[in-house]
Amino acid sequence: MALNPMHQFSIKPLVTEPLFAISGHPIYFTNQALLMVIVVLATSLFLVLAVKPNRLVPTRGQSMAEMSYEFVANMIHSATGEDGLKFFPFVFTLFMFVLCCNFFGMVPGSFTVTSQIAVTLALACLVMLVVILTGFAKHGIRFFMLFVPKAPIYILPLLIVIEVISFCSRPISLSVRLFANMLAGHTLLAVFAGFVVSLGAAGGVLSVLSIAPMALIVGIMLLELLVAFLQAYVFAILTCIYLNEALHLHDHH
Amino acid sequence: MDVQAAKMIGAGIACIALVGAGIGIGNVFGSYLSGALRNPGAAATQTTNLLLGFALCEATGLFGLVVALIILFS
Repeated sequence: MALNPMHQFSIKPLVTEPLFAISGHPIYFTNQALLMVIVVLATSLFLVLAVKPNRLVPTRGQSMAEMSYEFVANMIHSATGEDGLKFFPFVFTLFMFVLCCNFFGMVPGSFTVTSQIAVTLALACLVMLVVILTGFAKHGIRFFMLFVPKAPIYILPLLIVIEVISFCSRPISLSVRLFANMLAGHTLLAVFAGFVVSLGAAGGVLSVLSIAPMALIVGIMLLELLVAFLQAYVFAILTCIYLNEALHLHDHH
Repeated sequence: MDVQAAKMIGAGIACIALVGAGIGIGNVFGSYLSGALRNPGAAATQTTNLLLGFALCEATGLFGLVVALIILFS
């Protein structure tokens, strides 16, 4: 089958002429940009409109908005304690953006924004920037104590090197985790869809057998919905954990 | 051996990372279940750690997959 499972991740400009140019590089309005605009508009409109009437007995929409608020608030409170709650807008925005990008990507024929390493790496770098700025604002130069765990003096040199490496690899692991999960899931779906097409075209008994990969796709789709939520959750909770370290260094809250 | 064939073999070898991910995920859920059946009262409080452990384990396998894709498509 000539169908390429990676074809779904290609970025195409929707308007032929570029919007503007940065030092000679033309910037186009692509299908990825369109999906991002849709996600941001949909989530903001939903969250604003759902709680606008502010009913005492919530409707389904208001319940959903309140549940997502409570969910993230509980997550921040359990991971960073009381003073982490001032980062609620940041973490909530990240969580809702990643969650909705993942879910909009599950719609057949649409585009998964989070399957682009550029997007996830930009998000992860933003998180690390906030963590580092928070740490320096709160502790000043003592922030470097983050790299010095409580340990006997003779293994400290080794531990400090390990801590520095683990801190520096965080943006990479944070971004590649989300990107690879989305990429792998959608590639798997496309590969199985290719099986359905090639079996169906084979004719005879093989055409009837194409039911099997079709049924499997439904199952994988459910698994992917779980993964879509789980990865948004993991992204948000790891942000909370990193913020907690920047706020409290190694002492427990 | 030409470069294309070597690339294919390399990509296949990179997917061995999934062995570790499989063992890790099995360990996470197995340990959770044995812990949860001994003390069902504490099970609900540990679902966060369960999901976190699952996602961290799964990601290591997917790093191998990314290496395979980089070998194949670059």
